[in-house]
Amino acid sequence: MNIVEKILARGAGKTSVSPDDVVFAKVDKVMMHDVSGPGVIKVFDKLKKQGISVDKLWDSSKVWVAEDHFVPSAEKVSAENIVKLSNFTKNYGIEKHFKYGMGQYGICHTISHEEAMVMPGDVYVGGDSHTNTTGALGAFACGLGHTDIAYVLLNGQIWFKVPETYYFKLNGKLPDHVMAKDVILKIIGEIGNDGGAYRTMQFGGSGIDEMSVESRLTLCNMTTEAGAKNGIVEPDQKVVDYLSQRGATNFNLIKGDEDAEYAKVFEFESSEMEPTIAKPFSPDNTCIVREAPSVELDKSYIGSCTGAKYEDLEAAARILKGRKVKIRTEILPAAISIYQRAMENGLLKIFLDAGVTVGPPTCGACCGAHMGVLAKDEICISTTNRNFPGRMGHVESQTYLASPLVAAASAVTGKITDPRDLK
Amino acid sequence: MKGNVIKYDRDNIDTDVIIPGQYLKIHDYAELATHAMEGLDPDFHSKVKEGDFILSGKNFGSGSSREHAPIALSHSGIKAVLALSFARIFYRNSVDGAFLLPIEIGQDAYDGISEGDEINIDVSSNEIQNITKNQTYKMKPFSEIIGKIIAAGGLFKYKPDQD
Repeated sequence: MNIVEKILARGAGKTSVSPDDVVFAKVDKVMMHDVSGPGVIKVFDKLKKQGISVDKLWDSSKVWVAEDHFVPSAEKVSAENIVKLSNFTKNYGIEKHFKYGMGQYGICHTISHEEAMVMPGDVYVGGDSHTNTTGALGAFACGLGHTDIAYVLLNGQIWFKVPETYYFKLNGKLPDHVMAKDVILKIIGEIGNDGGAYRTMQFGGSGIDEMSVESRLTLCNMTTEAGAKNGIVEPDQKVVDYLSQRGATNFNLIKGDEDAEYAKVFEFESSEMEPTIAKPFSPDNTCIVREAPSVELDKSYIGSCTGAKYEDLEAAARILKGRKVKIRTEILPAAISIYQRAMENGLLKIFLDAGVTVGPPTCGACCGAHMGVLAKDEICISTTNRNFPGRMGHVESQTYLASPLVAAASAVTGKITDPRDLK
Repeated sequence: MKGNVIKYDRDNIDTDVIIPGQYLKIHDYAELATHAMEGLDPDFHSKVKEGDFILSGKNFGSGSSREHAPIALSHSGIKAVLALSFARIFYRNSVDGAFLLPIEIGQDAYDGISEGDEINIDVSSNEIQNITKNQTYKMKPFSEIIGKIIAAGGLFKYKPDQD
């Protein structure tokens, strides 16, 4: 069996499973945020009316909650959702609630790794499509809707069809000007935005061994944009070290068997990778930066679960150090712990000296909700993960997806710029 | 199940156009319905009728896990979405929450059915009858688990232990 089959077999209490088997798997961790949380509360209300008991969760110690999409609250509906969510966690005894304005908080997928909420080998589900992110730690990490999350909260298990696995092998270390974002955009461009649909996308090879845990998180995050059920990397010493630094102990490192089967293997050479963007209006509409259209950008955005981890900010700082931005540029570290490290290590000074506005962690602008949405006809280069029509604001705005290096270089020139071409 | 078709002749209708991100804070189902399809078709809310179906291309419902998407369509009166393929979370949200039926169709049904056609979806025979054009197409049968959850009326009413 491969790693996903082994994790799901363990969760289902079976000795083995195969692709297309339907299993009810026990869940190890479950996450909801300030959009899916109130959605789950609504499902609980419906269940109560149907006479189904919602008095007790299966295990409140396995549940954690993030405030990310609508913080800081821009208006009263969002503010009331936070109150509802807080009452829910209090009533059900959920202790791990990362609250805006009270120390560590941030985008749920970032908290999942910054706070070691998820461990290798876990069956982890979250009420958000980018839950796939955390598969980089060697967990089966999969996004679900409100009804499914409510079901998990009450029953501790959920059904899955065991996915077949596409294996993406990356050979060799990436060049300095290429980031994990470029790799995953290239992959999505090749397989299409439903090329991984219902499947696992697993990453391996010497290029992945060389990669930091944070880079692997970027890869797994955007498997969602290829329609994948989950993304995963087999856990190694880097993952153990990363989680140990964040207080984790007791590792159960599940890996695939030598004779594990994959539905398809794709191979890529790191040395051939180029800075890559996705043009409007789909993450699979890719081209290399040096062949990008010559457009006048209005904004550069460095934020989100996929583009504002510490190493993403470091990459942006390498470009912005001693330079000035030519267009409106916002950098929003994805969690307070990252914000703090960026402050301690001088990154925030580099950003502010360059003319950037630094904001608090939030999903706001990434999903076009608040805190910097785009006007009609505005064009943005962004380290986020989606560029559908209207995704970041007005339905006639445009978003180009890029790595933090490219987004920062483009902020300096006002055009889509390969970091190698920056003077 | 009979109804009229609203056809979107395109692929990749994503959750951001089904219900834009700014409305994710709303959890009142009737209010969500007033914003359904707003990112693609601002007239949707005024033209949709109770019992209508949506017909579209491949990868319907791609993107976010927001259950707001099937909720907004369902509370607009949409009973089924017919598409060449579906994104996985939209598909399972539609079924597990018992909001609407996600019907996978072939190219013949996609090409044959036009905007406004009256069709009958017969899940028991896996057939779609186009009453307007007097044609019949096959739909892809539901997998076993999906069929059982639909028959039960949603995931909470489905009893896995009784299988």
